[in-house]
Amino acid sequence: MIEMDDVGVRFGEREVLRGVTVSLTERRIGVVGANGSGKSTLARLANGLALPSSGRVTVLGLDTRREAARIRRRVGFLFSDPDAQIVMPTVAEDVAFSLRRRGLTRQETDRRVREVLTRYGLAGHADHPAHHLSGGQKQLLALCSVMVLDPEVLVMDEPTTLLDLRHSRQVAELLRELPQQVVVVTHDLPLLSGFDRVLVLDEGRIVADDEPEAAVGHYRKLMA
Amino acid sequence: MNGVNGLTGAYVPGGSFLHRMPAGAKLLGLALSCTALVLLRPPLALAGAALVVALLYALSGVGAVAAWAQIRPVRWFAVVLFAMQYLLDGWAGALSSVLRVLLAVALAGLVTLTTRTAVMMDVLERLLAPVRFVGVDPFRLSLLLSLTLRSVPVVAGLAARVREAQRARGTEWSVRAFAVPLVVSALRHADTLGEALSARGLDD
Repeated sequence: MIEMDDVGVRFGEREVLRGVTVSLTERRIGVVGANGSGKSTLARLANGLALPSSGRVTVLGLDTRREAARIRRRVGFLFSDPDAQIVMPTVAEDVAFSLRRRGLTRQETDRRVREVLTRYGLAGHADHPAHHLSGGQKQLLALCSVMVLDPEVLVMDEPTTLLDLRHSRQVAELLRELPQQVVVVTHDLPLLSGFDRVLVLDEGRIVADDEPEAAVGHYRKLMA
Repeated sequence: MNGVNGLTGAYVPGGSFLHRMPAGAKLLGLALSCTALVLLRPPLALAGAALVVALLYALSGVGAVAAWAQIRPVRWFAVVLFAMQYLLDGWAGALSSVLRVLLAVALAGLVTLTTRTAVMMDVLERLLAPVRFVGVDPFRLSLLLSLTLRSVPVVAGLAARVREAQRARGTEWSVRAFAVPLVVSALRHADTLGEALSARGLDD
């Protein structure tokens, strides 16, 4: 559950978001909009990576201004560039890195890493250098590193932007199967099929909030 | 695969005695070996040490490509060092100095090639535990190690992309056209990496 109450975000003189009031309770939520419309900032608000300049954001009942660190432990975030979020040299080590400081034994860490790598088809690459993976595999690795923490909510910022068609489809299929609440910022409109709700942003405001077909139709008109 | 591992100095999976040896013992062995290298004077003794290092590489099974990749980055430095030492100290002194540096680099490379970064981080965190008393988090220091290793292929990739763009624009000889976008993209990467660490809940 993500709630934004009259949220505004300013970066210096630039107003990125204004007057955003929304309550996100559905399981699959998409966010679309032109470049610079504020959709990535909206996604970052949902994880406490960005803080509102005005208004209030609560995620799972926690205020992002006061409890951002606790929120980030319960809300996973996937960036569009997987290279930017891979921290360790090898695949298994990168997934295990997420579990550091969680007080788990080495055996439990290894078990959880193996389990998540198997689930997402990367078990055979466990000891491979992370940067040696293809773009799609890197995105899967980034997803594994988030999913190993078993987040309650997953926020994805353009997860298919750097992927080819095959890997985009793979991410779309995985997305459908995830048990978590998922918020996806994307330009990839087919990815939104089957979603419960889609928000359309324009110049920092929500200009449409509807089921996918109607919202995407509104977005297409806006971009025409 | 080994070539890539060599480039990053990252772990090469294996079951050799070096892979099985505790990371702390390897670090201690590295410190002692480097001290011994400084104390060894005659080139013949250093040649013997070189044989031992070669034998250790062979026993580790990391492969010739990974081994060469440890030395390759310092090859021109070795040439310059040899030339300077030759002028100051003659060929025997020059050879000893160069061998000392190359063997120390090779041994350090062997430790990283046979030790998982996570294991190295654990050991470093334990060794650095006293810095807590001056308000420094040992985890952050050990994290620096893994980020440094991880940054090598990332920056290499950024540099390759910038070089391609230079070629496309016909500015391949401009140092400025190479350095400015590389520094900007490296800083942007660092920024995003920091955000990614926060997103993974590792900022508290």
